[in-house]
Amino acid sequence: MFKSIIRLNSGAISFCKVCPRHQAFRVTLKYSTASADRKRFYEDVSISQGEGGLYEVNLDRRKLKTPSGKLFTVPNEALAIAVATEWDAQKDTIKFYTMHLTTLCNTALDNPTQRNKDQMISAALKFLETDTICYRVDEPPGLVELQKNEWDPVLQWIENRYNVTIGSSSSILGPEIPQGTKDRFRQHLSSYTAWSLTGLEFVITQLKSLVLSLGMIDRHLSVEQAVLLSRLEEEYQIRRWGNVEWAHDYDMYELRARTAAGALFVHLSSESSTVKHKLMQD
Amino acid sequence: MASLSSPLRVCREILKELRAIQGPSYKQSLAYNYVLDQFRKNKVTGERYCRAQQEARHASLTYLCLLVSTRNHLALHNLYHGKGERSPEEVAGLVGLRLPTQPGGKGWENWPHVI
Repeated sequence: MFKSIIRLNSGAISFCKVCPRHQAFRVTLKYSTASADRKRFYEDVSISQGEGGLYEVNLDRRKLKTPSGKLFTVPNEALAIAVATEWDAQKDTIKFYTMHLTTLCNTALDNPTQRNKDQMISAALKFLETDTICYRVDEPPGLVELQKNEWDPVLQWIENRYNVTIGSSSSILGPEIPQGTKDRFRQHLSSYTAWSLTGLEFVITQLKSLVLSLGMIDRHLSVEQAVLLSRLEEEYQIRRWGNVEWAHDYDMYELRARTAAGALFVHLSSESSTVKHKLMQD
Repeated sequence: MASLSSPLRVCREILKELRAIQGPSYKQSLAYNYVLDQFRKNKVTGERYCRAQQEARHASLTYLCLLVSTRNHLALHNLYHGKGERSPEEVAGLVGLRLPTQPGGKGWENWPHVI
């Protein structure tokens, strides 16, 4: 009699494994096959809220995973919706190079290079020494004027905002950044979460400037303005010699897309919104 | 387009982008509802300079920039960088030649002969 019961139980268990329809299982995406042949294999993209209030993205019935196999979770709904929109925007093939927010979330979740906050802050501060805005040319005079008119106001703004001194210089070595400035920035950057720092590091690497990145994150500059200031010399040359669509415009749109994704990522990772309703008294 | 200073214009532009992404059923998408919701929530404020409103405005402009730039980047990529290599027939056709045809096959298609 026992034998038949055991056989029945083992039969039931294997029956459950065979029909996975009753449980949401995870999809293992081969990110490594970066060729454009990865076809869109899902119809709907949706989001759901899991444990701990974290949001997940679902492709059809399956949950999205990061490249290292962890479950893809984000802390707020807006970011989840934006990522879902990115996945939904893919037409016949999946083009990972257009999905910047997904890439940023994956990096923040997986942390493949095992960086902690201090390392990221130090790397960001290191960039200040070779900041684009601080490097001026001596000639041609049109470019010198342009750099002075466009970059000086941003430098003034950041010096006032953070009460620091950063100079600009036209020598090869660049400006001397005093230690007080670095400490002040380090203190400010420590207030960001690890996720926000991942986004910020991405933006700094794209714009090649800590000053411009902070200006954009603090909402002093828009994305288009920050990209324009970062590419100031290129814009000057374009105005002089003409525009090449397949190079200049291509680079500009790619830079704008990445910077916008980074900025949105930083803002969404560090925001908390509350709605206060005022009573209407008529 | 003229300067996008009013939130209404920014909202319209974002929704236009979403429609370009998703096709005719964009009104049921998550992003559509979320965006409209956010714009409605932030519309009314009693203060003259509302910091949250400035933040929301910057965020909406950033998202619009993201959508527009990815679309343009993809379009330019497909236009200029998407073609890949030409096949041997096309290469021959560039100089006006055609590839020779050999009805019996070239004789080495199945080399090395695997039994």
